[in-house]
Amino acid sequence: MKRVVVTGMGCVTPIGNTVDEYAKALIEGKNGIDTITHFDVTDNKYTLAGELKDFDPAKRLDKNAIRKSDIYTQYALYAADEAVEQSGIIGKIDPDELGVYVGSGIGGFETFCTEHENLLKSGQRRVSPQFIPKMIGNIAAGNVAIRFGAKGPCIAHTTACATSSTSIGEAYRAIAVGAAEAIICGGSEAVINPLAVAGFGNCQALSAATDKNAASLPFDKRRGGFVMGEGAAMLVLEEYEHAVNRGAEILAEVVGYGTTCDAHHVTAPDPTASQVARAIKLAMKGNEVDAEKIYFNAHGTGTKLNDLTETTALKLAFGDDAGKIHVSSTKSMTGHMLGAAGAAEAIASILTIRSGIIPPTINLLEPDEECDLNYTPNTAVEAPIELALSESLGFGGHNVCLAFRACK
Amino acid sequence: MIIEKLAEIIANKLDCDVADITAETKLTDLGMDSLDIAELLMDISDEFGVEIEVSPDIQLVSDLVAKIEELKAE
Repeated sequence: MKRVVVTGMGCVTPIGNTVDEYAKALIEGKNGIDTITHFDVTDNKYTLAGELKDFDPAKRLDKNAIRKSDIYTQYALYAADEAVEQSGIIGKIDPDELGVYVGSGIGGFETFCTEHENLLKSGQRRVSPQFIPKMIGNIAAGNVAIRFGAKGPCIAHTTACATSSTSIGEAYRAIAVGAAEAIICGGSEAVINPLAVAGFGNCQALSAATDKNAASLPFDKRRGGFVMGEGAAMLVLEEYEHAVNRGAEILAEVVGYGTTCDAHHVTAPDPTASQVARAIKLAMKGNEVDAEKIYFNAHGTGTKLNDLTETTALKLAFGDDAGKIHVSSTKSMTGHMLGAAGAAEAIASILTIRSGIIPPTINLLEPDEECDLNYTPNTAVEAPIELALSESLGFGGHNVCLAFRACK
Repeated sequence: MIIEKLAEIIANKLDCDVADITAETKLTDLGMDSLDIAELLMDISDEFGVEIEVSPDIQLVSDLVAKIEELKAE
Protein backbone atom coordinates (compact mmCIF):
# COMPACT_ATOMS: atom_id res chain seq x y z
CA MET A 1 0.00 0.00 0.00
CA LYS A 2 1.24 3.50 -0.84
CA ARG A 3 1.34 6.33 1.68
CA VAL A 4 -1.12 9.19 1.15
CA VAL A 5 -0.54 12.79 2.18
CA VAL A 6 -2.44 16.08 2.14
CA THR A 7 -0.89 18.79 -0.05
CA GLY A 8 -3.74 21.28 -0.37
CA MET A 9 -6.75 22.51 1.59
CA GLY A 10 -9.55 24.93 0.72
CA CYS A 11 -12.86 25.87 2.26
CA VAL A 12 -15.77 28.27 2.43
CA THR A 13 -17.52 28.03 5.78
CA PRO A 14 -19.89 30.06 7.97
CA ILE A 15 -16.83 31.23 9.96
CA GLY A 16 -14.39 31.96 7.15
CA ASN A 17 -14.08 31.94 3.37
CA THR A 18 -10.45 30.75 3.30
CA VAL A 19 -8.54 28.16 5.31
CA ASP A 20 -6.62 30.94 7.10
CA GLU A 21 -9.82 32.72 8.15
CA TYR A 22 -11.36 29.42 9.19
CA ALA A 23 -8.29 28.44 11.25
CA LYS A 24 -8.31 31.74 13.10
CA ALA A 25 -12.05 31.57 13.77
CA LEU A 26 -11.84 27.99 15.08
CA ILE A 27 -9.28 28.98 17.69
CA GLU A 28 -11.15 32.17 18.61
CA GLY A 29 -14.34 30.18 19.05
CA LYS A 30 -16.27 32.35 16.61
CA ASN A 31 -19.99 31.72 16.30
CA GLY A 32 -21.05 31.53 12.62
CA ILE A 33 -24.73 31.14 13.38
CA ASP A 34 -27.20 33.96 12.89
CA THR A 35 -30.65 34.75 11.54
CA ILE A 36 -31.25 33.30 8.07
CA THR A 37 -30.93 35.90 5.30
CA HIS A 38 -31.24 33.60 2.24
CA PHE A 39 -35.03 33.74 2.57
CA ASP A 40 -37.67 35.48 4.65
CA VAL A 41 -38.09 33.67 7.98
CA THR A 42 -40.90 35.82 9.38
CA ASP A 43 -43.36 33.47 11.09
CA ASN A 44 -41.03 30.48 10.61
CA LYS A 45 -40.33 28.05 13.41
CA TYR A 46 -36.68 27.68 12.37
CA THR A 47 -34.95 31.00 11.90
CA LEU A 48 -31.23 30.40 12.50
CA ALA A 49 -28.51 28.95 10.30
CA GLY A 50 -24.79 29.09 9.68
CA GLU A 51 -24.71 30.93 6.36
CA LEU A 52 -21.59 31.97 4.49
CA LYS A 53 -20.74 35.64 5.08
CA ASP A 54 -19.81 37.97 2.20
CA PHE A 55 -19.22 35.09 -0.20
CA ASP A 56 -18.26 36.53 -3.58
CA PRO A 57 -17.89 33.79 -6.20
CA ALA A 58 -16.40 36.30 -8.65
CA LYS A 59 -13.18 36.30 -6.62
CA ARG A 60 -12.33 32.92 -8.12
CA LEU A 61 -14.95 32.08 -10.80
CA ASP A 62 -15.75 33.73 -14.11
CA LYS A 63 -19.28 34.92 -14.81
CA ASN A 64 -20.03 31.98 -17.12
CA ALA A 65 -19.18 29.47 -14.40
CA ILE A 66 -21.34 31.40 -11.95
CA ARG A 67 -24.29 31.72 -14.33
CA LYS A 68 -24.32 28.05 -15.25
CA SER A 69 -23.84 26.59 -11.77
CA ASP A 70 -26.06 25.99 -8.80
CA ILE A 71 -24.73 27.66 -5.68
CA TYR A 72 -23.53 24.29 -4.34
CA THR A 73 -21.26 23.91 -7.36
CA GLN A 74 -19.99 27.47 -6.92
CA TYR A 75 -19.00 26.69 -3.34
CA ALA A 76 -17.29 23.48 -4.49
CA LEU A 77 -15.34 25.19 -7.27
CA TYR A 78 -14.30 28.03 -4.98
CA ALA A 79 -12.98 25.72 -2.24
CA ALA A 80 -11.33 23.38 -4.75
CA ASP A 81 -9.57 26.34 -6.33
CA GLU A 82 -7.99 27.31 -3.01
CA ALA A 83 -6.92 23.72 -2.30
CA VAL A 84 -5.47 23.16 -5.76
CA GLU A 85 -3.71 26.52 -5.67
CA GLN A 86 -2.03 25.63 -2.39
CA SER A 87 -1.00 22.20 -3.65
CA GLY A 88 0.67 23.64 -6.76
CA ILE A 89 -0.09 20.33 -8.44
CA ILE A 90 -1.42 21.52 -11.79
CA GLY A 91 1.26 21.07 -14.44
CA LYS A 92 3.15 18.70 -12.14
CA ILE A 93 0.88 15.69 -12.63
CA ASP A 94 -0.28 13.60 -15.58
CA PRO A 95 -3.96 14.65 -15.97
CA ASP A 96 -4.90 10.96 -16.26
CA GLU A 97 -3.56 10.49 -12.72
CA LEU A 98 -5.55 13.34 -11.16
CA GLY A 99 -8.97 12.36 -9.81
CA VAL A 100 -11.94 14.20 -8.32
CA TYR A 101 -14.04 12.77 -5.48
CA VAL A 102 -16.46 15.56 -4.67
CA GLY A 103 -19.88 14.81 -3.25
CA SER A 104 -22.91 16.54 -1.85
CA GLY A 105 -25.50 15.34 0.60
CA ILE A 106 -28.27 16.63 -1.65
CA GLY A 107 -27.04 18.57 -4.71
CA GLY A 108 -28.61 21.54 -6.44
CA PHE A 109 -31.63 21.97 -4.19
CA GLU A 110 -32.10 25.66 -4.97
CA THR A 111 -32.14 24.96 -8.71
CA PHE A 112 -34.62 22.14 -8.13
CA CYS A 113 -36.98 24.49 -6.31
CA THR A 114 -36.71 27.27 -8.90
CA GLU A 115 -37.39 24.98 -11.84
CA HIS A 116 -40.24 23.20 -10.10
CA GLU A 117 -41.81 26.61 -9.60
CA ASN A 118 -41.33 27.33 -13.32
CA LEU A 119 -43.06 24.07 -14.17
CA LEU A 120 -46.06 24.81 -11.97
CA LYS A 121 -46.32 28.42 -13.07
CA SER A 122 -45.59 28.23 -16.78
CA GLY A 123 -45.59 24.59 -17.85
CA GLN A 124 -43.09 22.14 -19.26
CA ARG A 125 -41.71 24.44 -21.94
CA ARG A 126 -40.45 26.91 -19.35
CA VAL A 127 -38.25 24.47 -17.43
CA SER A 128 -34.68 25.52 -18.11
CA PRO A 129 -32.51 23.24 -20.25
CA GLN A 130 -29.83 23.91 -17.62
CA PHE A 131 -32.03 22.37 -14.91
CA ILE A 132 -30.70 18.80 -14.86
CA PRO A 133 -27.00 19.57 -15.42
CA LYS A 134 -27.16 22.27 -12.73
CA MET A 135 -29.04 20.23 -10.16
CA ILE A 136 -27.61 16.70 -10.17
CA GLY A 137 -25.51 15.72 -7.17
CA ASN A 138 -22.43 14.71 -9.18
CA ILE A 139 -22.14 17.93 -11.17
CA ALA A 140 -19.89 19.70 -8.68
CA ALA A 141 -17.43 16.82 -9.22
CA GLY A 142 -17.84 17.12 -12.99
CA ASN A 143 -17.24 20.87 -12.89
CA VAL A 144 -14.16 20.54 -10.65
CA ALA A 145 -12.75 18.01 -13.13
CA ILE A 146 -13.41 20.38 -16.05
CA ARG A 147 -11.80 23.30 -14.24
CA PHE A 148 -8.56 21.46 -13.50
CA GLY A 149 -8.48 19.10 -16.50
CA ALA A 150 -8.55 16.15 -14.11
CA LYS A 151 -9.07 13.02 -16.21
CA GLY A 152 -8.61 10.30 -13.61
CA PRO A 153 -11.44 8.75 -11.57
CA CYS A 154 -14.27 11.23 -10.97
CA ILE A 155 -16.88 10.10 -8.46
CA ALA A 156 -19.50 11.83 -6.32
CA HIS A 157 -20.16 9.81 -3.18
CA THR A 158 -23.38 10.48 -1.31
CA THR A 159 -23.67 9.38 2.32
CA ALA A 160 -25.78 12.29 3.63
CA CYS A 161 -23.94 14.12 6.42
CA ALA A 162 -20.95 11.78 6.10
CA THR A 163 -20.54 12.54 2.37
CA SER A 164 -17.27 14.42 2.33
CA SER A 165 -15.63 12.12 4.88
CA THR A 166 -16.53 9.26 2.58
CA SER A 167 -15.03 11.21 -0.35
CA ILE A 168 -11.76 11.68 1.54
CA GLY A 169 -11.65 8.11 2.81
CA GLU A 170 -12.33 6.63 -0.61
CA ALA A 171 -9.77 8.95 -2.20
CA TYR A 172 -7.21 7.80 0.39
CA ARG A 173 -7.94 4.19 -0.47
CA ALA A 174 -7.82 4.78 -4.21
CA ILE A 175 -4.41 6.45 -4.00
CA ALA A 176 -3.14 3.78 -1.59
CA VAL A 177 -3.84 1.05 -4.14
CA GLY A 178 -2.48 3.07 -7.07
CA ALA A 179 -5.75 4.00 -8.81
CA ALA A 180 -4.60 7.65 -9.05
CA GLU A 181 -1.57 9.74 -8.02
CA ALA A 182 -3.69 12.53 -6.56
CA ILE A 183 -7.36 13.24 -5.92
CA ILE A 184 -9.16 16.50 -5.21
CA CYS A 185 -11.71 15.40 -2.62
CA GLY A 186 -14.35 16.83 -0.35
CA GLY A 187 -17.91 18.00 -0.46
CA SER A 188 -20.29 20.89 -0.85
CA GLU A 189 -23.75 21.84 0.37
CA ALA A 190 -26.11 24.76 -0.13
CA VAL A 191 -29.58 23.95 1.13
CA ILE A 192 -30.48 26.81 3.43
CA ASN A 193 -33.78 27.29 1.64
CA PRO A 194 -37.41 27.10 2.82
CA LEU A 195 -38.12 23.58 1.56
CA ALA A 196 -34.99 21.98 3.02
CA VAL A 197 -35.36 23.78 6.34
CA ALA A 198 -38.99 22.65 6.55
CA GLY A 199 -38.02 19.09 5.69
CA PHE A 200 -35.15 18.82 8.16
CA GLY A 201 -37.22 20.62 10.77
CA ASN A 202 -40.24 18.38 10.45
CA CYS A 203 -38.14 15.24 10.76
CA GLN A 204 -37.15 16.55 14.21
CA ALA A 205 -33.52 17.18 13.30
CA LEU A 206 -33.31 20.97 13.69
CA SER A 207 -33.04 23.20 16.73
CA ALA A 208 -35.92 25.67 16.97
CA ALA A 209 -33.88 27.98 19.21
CA THR A 210 -34.01 31.71 18.52
CA ASP A 211 -30.92 32.73 20.49
CA LYS A 212 -27.91 32.27 18.22
CA ASN A 213 -25.67 31.62 21.24
CA ALA A 214 -27.92 28.85 22.50
CA ALA A 215 -28.82 27.04 19.29
CA SER A 216 -26.00 24.76 18.12
CA LEU A 217 -25.25 23.10 21.46
CA PRO A 218 -23.31 19.87 21.05
CA PHE A 219 -22.98 17.86 24.28
CA ASP A 220 -24.91 20.53 26.23
CA LYS A 221 -27.97 19.49 28.23
CA ARG A 222 -30.04 22.20 26.50
CA ARG A 223 -29.40 20.83 22.99
CA GLY A 224 -32.46 20.36 20.82
CA GLY A 225 -31.26 19.56 17.32
CA PHE A 226 -28.72 20.81 14.83
CA VAL A 227 -28.48 24.18 13.16
CA MET A 228 -28.10 24.04 9.41
CA GLY A 229 -24.84 25.29 7.92
CA GLU A 230 -23.55 25.45 4.36
CA GLY A 231 -20.33 25.72 2.38
CA ALA A 232 -17.67 23.50 0.88
CA ALA A 233 -14.33 22.05 1.87
CA MET A 234 -11.71 20.29 -0.24
CA LEU A 235 -8.40 18.51 0.22
CA VAL A 236 -5.81 17.55 -2.31
CA LEU A 237 -4.64 14.04 -1.40
CA GLU A 238 -1.48 12.84 -3.06
CA GLU A 239 0.70 9.76 -3.14
CA TYR A 240 3.65 10.41 -0.79
CA GLU A 241 6.52 9.83 -3.27
CA HIS A 242 4.75 11.93 -5.90
CA ALA A 243 4.46 14.80 -3.43
CA VAL A 244 8.08 14.48 -2.27
CA ASN A 245 9.46 14.23 -5.79
CA ARG A 246 7.82 17.46 -6.90
CA GLY A 247 8.86 19.25 -3.70
CA ALA A 248 5.30 19.85 -2.45
CA GLU A 249 4.65 21.05 1.07
CA ILE A 250 3.09 18.15 2.97
CA LEU A 251 0.44 19.29 5.44
CA ALA A 252 -0.39 15.94 7.04
CA GLU A 253 -0.62 12.24 6.32
CA VAL A 254 -3.86 10.28 6.06
CA VAL A 255 -3.31 7.18 8.17
CA GLY A 256 -6.70 5.60 8.65
CA TYR A 257 -10.24 5.24 7.38
CA GLY A 258 -13.11 3.33 8.91
CA THR A 259 -16.53 3.07 7.29
CA THR A 260 -19.43 1.03 8.64
CA CYS A 261 -23.22 1.08 8.66
CA ASP A 262 -25.69 0.86 11.51
CA ALA A 263 -28.27 -1.02 9.39
CA HIS A 264 -30.72 0.11 12.03
CA HIS A 265 -32.95 3.09 11.11
CA VAL A 266 -33.02 5.76 8.39
CA THR A 267 -32.44 8.71 10.71
CA ALA A 268 -31.95 7.50 14.30
CA PRO A 269 -28.53 6.17 15.29
CA ASP A 270 -28.25 2.69 16.76
CA PRO A 271 -28.14 3.49 20.51
CA THR A 272 -25.62 0.68 21.17
CA ALA A 273 -23.14 2.70 19.03
CA SER A 274 -21.36 -0.53 18.13
CA GLN A 275 -20.84 0.37 14.47
CA VAL A 276 -19.69 3.92 15.22
CA ALA A 277 -17.16 2.39 17.62
CA ARG A 278 -16.06 -0.07 14.97
CA ALA A 279 -15.52 2.76 12.45
CA ILE A 280 -13.30 4.49 15.02
CA LYS A 281 -11.35 1.30 15.70
CA LEU A 282 -10.85 0.70 11.97
CA ALA A 283 -9.46 4.22 11.57
CA MET A 284 -7.21 3.66 14.61
CA LYS A 285 -5.75 0.43 13.22
CA GLY A 286 -1.98 0.62 13.27
CA ASN A 287 -2.08 4.04 14.96
CA GLU A 288 -1.60 3.28 18.63
CA VAL A 289 -0.84 6.53 20.48
CA ASP A 290 -1.49 7.71 24.03
CA ALA A 291 -5.09 8.84 24.47
CA GLU A 292 -4.04 12.29 25.72
CA LYS A 293 -2.35 12.87 22.34
CA ILE A 294 -5.51 12.21 20.36
CA TYR A 295 -7.83 14.92 19.07
CA PHE A 296 -11.29 13.70 18.14
CA ASN A 297 -13.36 16.03 16.00
CA ALA A 298 -16.80 14.68 16.81
CA HIS A 299 -19.74 14.66 14.45
CA GLY A 300 -21.33 16.48 17.42
CA THR A 301 -24.49 17.74 15.78
CA GLY A 302 -26.33 18.79 18.92
CA THR A 303 -29.20 16.35 18.55
CA LYS A 304 -30.08 14.43 21.72
CA LEU A 305 -29.31 11.04 20.22
CA ASN A 306 -26.21 11.86 18.18
CA ASP A 307 -24.14 13.26 21.01
CA LEU A 308 -25.08 10.46 23.35
CA THR A 309 -24.29 7.82 20.72
CA GLU A 310 -20.89 9.32 19.98
CA THR A 311 -20.05 9.46 23.67
CA THR A 312 -20.97 5.78 23.99
CA ALA A 313 -18.95 4.94 20.87
CA LEU A 314 -15.82 6.63 22.24
CA LYS A 315 -16.15 4.65 25.47
CA LEU A 316 -16.56 1.42 23.50
CA ALA A 317 -13.57 2.21 21.30
CA PHE A 318 -11.18 3.51 23.99
CA GLY A 319 -12.50 2.05 27.23
CA ASP A 320 -11.21 3.81 30.35
CA ASP A 321 -8.98 6.05 28.21
CA ALA A 322 -11.96 7.74 26.52
CA GLY A 323 -11.93 10.53 29.10
CA LYS A 324 -8.33 11.45 28.24
CA ILE A 325 -9.06 12.16 24.58
CA HIS A 326 -9.45 15.78 23.50
CA VAL A 327 -12.89 15.90 21.90
CA SER A 328 -14.64 18.89 20.37
CA SER A 329 -17.50 19.67 18.03
CA THR A 330 -16.69 22.52 15.66
CA LYS A 331 -20.34 22.40 14.56
CA SER A 332 -20.94 24.53 17.65
CA MET A 333 -19.37 27.31 15.53
CA THR A 334 -20.22 26.41 11.92
CA GLY A 335 -23.57 24.72 12.33
CA HIS A 336 -23.98 21.51 10.36
CA MET A 337 -22.55 21.89 6.87
CA LEU A 338 -24.12 18.52 5.93
CA GLY A 339 -22.29 17.11 2.90
CA ALA A 340 -19.46 19.60 3.41
CA ALA A 341 -19.13 18.97 7.14
CA GLY A 342 -16.75 16.01 7.04
CA ALA A 343 -14.17 17.77 4.87
CA ALA A 344 -14.42 21.03 6.84
CA GLU A 345 -13.83 19.03 10.02
CA ALA A 346 -10.98 17.07 8.42
CA ILE A 347 -9.36 20.47 7.79
CA ALA A 348 -9.99 21.46 11.42
CA SER A 349 -8.36 18.20 12.50
CA ILE A 350 -5.29 18.76 10.31
CA LEU A 351 -5.00 22.35 11.56
CA THR A 352 -5.07 21.03 15.12
CA ILE A 353 -2.19 18.62 14.48
CA ARG A 354 -0.19 21.45 12.92
CA SER A 355 -0.90 24.09 15.57
CA GLY A 356 -1.27 22.02 18.73
CA ILE A 357 -4.31 24.13 19.53
CA ILE A 358 -7.59 22.32 20.00
CA PRO A 359 -10.66 24.22 18.79
CA PRO A 360 -13.38 24.43 21.44
CA THR A 361 -16.99 23.34 21.61
CA ILE A 362 -18.47 26.80 22.13
CA ASN A 363 -21.57 27.63 24.18
CA LEU A 364 -21.14 24.45 26.22
CA LEU A 365 -22.41 25.93 29.48
CA GLU A 366 -24.67 23.21 30.87
CA PRO A 367 -22.96 19.84 30.49
CA ASP A 368 -25.17 16.80 30.05
CA GLU A 369 -24.41 14.21 32.79
CA GLU A 370 -24.70 11.48 30.19
CA CYS A 371 -22.10 13.16 27.98
CA ASP A 372 -19.16 12.99 30.37
CA LEU A 373 -16.01 13.19 28.24
CA ASN A 374 -13.61 16.09 27.67
CA TYR A 375 -15.33 18.14 24.95
CA THR A 376 -12.96 21.15 25.18
CA PRO A 377 -15.69 23.53 26.40
CA ASN A 378 -15.75 27.17 25.32
CA THR A 379 -12.05 27.98 24.92
CA ALA A 380 -9.28 26.54 22.80
CA VAL A 381 -6.71 24.42 24.62
CA GLU A 382 -3.03 23.93 23.80
CA ALA A 383 -1.92 20.31 23.74
CA PRO A 384 0.56 18.34 21.64
CA ILE A 385 -1.55 16.18 19.33
CA GLU A 386 -0.12 13.18 17.49
CA LEU A 387 -3.25 11.78 15.94
CA ALA A 388 -6.45 13.47 14.87
CA LEU A 389 -9.64 11.57 14.22
CA SER A 390 -12.54 13.15 12.35
CA GLU A 391 -15.88 11.45 12.58
CA SER A 392 -18.99 11.86 10.45
CA LEU A 393 -22.32 10.11 10.70
CA GLY A 394 -25.11 10.32 8.15
CA PHE A 395 -28.81 9.58 7.70
CA GLY A 396 -28.88 6.05 6.38
CA GLY A 397 -26.66 4.86 9.21
CA HIS A 398 -23.35 5.77 7.53
CA ASN A 399 -20.46 5.95 10.01
CA VAL A 400 -17.11 7.27 8.83
CA CYS A 401 -13.94 7.98 10.74
CA LEU A 402 -10.74 9.43 9.25
CA ALA A 403 -7.31 9.50 10.89
CA PHE A 404 -4.56 12.05 10.24
CA ARG A 405 -1.10 12.61 11.68
CA ALA A 406 1.92 14.75 10.97
CA CYS A 407 3.97 13.29 8.11
CA LYS A 408 7.32 11.92 9.24
CA MET B 1 -36.12 46.71 -34.01
CA ILE B 2 -35.78 42.98 -33.40
CA ILE B 3 -31.98 42.96 -33.43
CA GLU B 4 -31.69 45.63 -30.74
CA LYS B 5 -34.15 43.89 -28.45
CA LEU B 6 -32.48 40.52 -29.07
CA ALA B 7 -29.01 41.91 -28.38
CA GLU B 8 -30.32 43.32 -25.13
CA ILE B 9 -31.75 39.93 -24.07
CA ILE B 10 -28.48 38.17 -24.88
CA ALA B 11 -26.38 40.83 -23.15
CA ASN B 12 -28.56 40.58 -20.04
CA LYS B 13 -28.35 36.83 -20.02
CA LEU B 14 -24.57 36.67 -20.42
CA ASP B 15 -23.85 39.84 -18.47
CA CYS B 16 -21.81 41.20 -21.38
CA ASP B 17 -21.66 44.49 -23.28
CA VAL B 18 -24.56 44.93 -25.68
CA ALA B 19 -22.18 46.67 -28.10
CA ASP B 20 -20.35 43.36 -28.55
CA ILE B 21 -23.41 41.81 -30.15
CA THR B 22 -24.10 42.41 -33.85
CA ALA B 23 -26.04 40.51 -36.51
CA GLU B 24 -22.85 38.72 -37.52
CA THR B 25 -21.90 37.59 -33.99
CA LYS B 26 -21.62 33.85 -33.61
CA LEU B 27 -23.49 32.68 -30.50
CA THR B 28 -20.75 30.23 -29.53
CA ASP B 29 -18.19 33.05 -29.73
CA LEU B 30 -20.10 34.67 -26.85
CA GLY B 31 -19.42 31.54 -24.80
CA MET B 32 -22.88 30.06 -25.33
CA ASP B 33 -23.32 26.28 -25.58
CA SER B 34 -26.31 24.30 -26.82
CA LEU B 35 -28.01 24.55 -23.41
CA ASP B 36 -27.64 28.34 -23.34
CA ILE B 37 -29.07 28.59 -26.84
CA ALA B 38 -32.05 26.41 -25.88
CA GLU B 39 -32.63 28.67 -22.90
CA LEU B 40 -32.34 31.78 -25.06
CA LEU B 41 -35.13 30.43 -27.28
CA MET B 42 -37.39 30.48 -24.21
CA ASP B 43 -36.54 34.10 -23.53
CA ILE B 44 -37.27 34.88 -27.19
CA SER B 45 -40.64 33.18 -26.87
CA ASP B 46 -41.47 35.35 -23.83
CA GLU B 47 -40.38 38.55 -25.55
CA PHE B 48 -41.54 38.07 -29.14
CA GLY B 49 -44.29 35.48 -28.74
CA VAL B 50 -42.73 33.06 -31.23
CA GLU B 51 -41.59 29.49 -30.61
CA ILE B 52 -38.30 28.72 -32.34
CA GLU B 53 -37.29 25.07 -32.35
CA VAL B 54 -33.71 24.12 -31.42
CA SER B 55 -31.79 23.59 -34.65
CA PRO B 56 -28.18 23.35 -35.82
CA ASP B 57 -29.00 26.13 -38.34
CA ILE B 58 -28.99 28.66 -35.53
CA GLN B 59 -25.41 29.92 -35.48
CA LEU B 60 -25.46 33.70 -35.79
CA VAL B 61 -27.54 36.39 -34.14
CA SER B 62 -28.88 37.12 -37.63
CA ASP B 63 -30.18 33.53 -37.88
CA LEU B 64 -32.35 34.22 -34.87
CA VAL B 65 -33.51 37.57 -36.24
CA ALA B 66 -34.52 35.87 -39.50
CA LYS B 67 -36.43 33.15 -37.63
CA ILE B 68 -38.26 35.66 -35.49
CA GLU B 69 -39.22 37.74 -38.54
CA GLU B 70 -40.36 34.63 -40.40
CA LEU B 71 -42.51 33.37 -37.55
CA LYS B 72 -43.98 36.77 -36.80
CA ALA B 73 -44.98 37.14 -40.46
CA GLU B 74 -46.93 33.87 -40.36
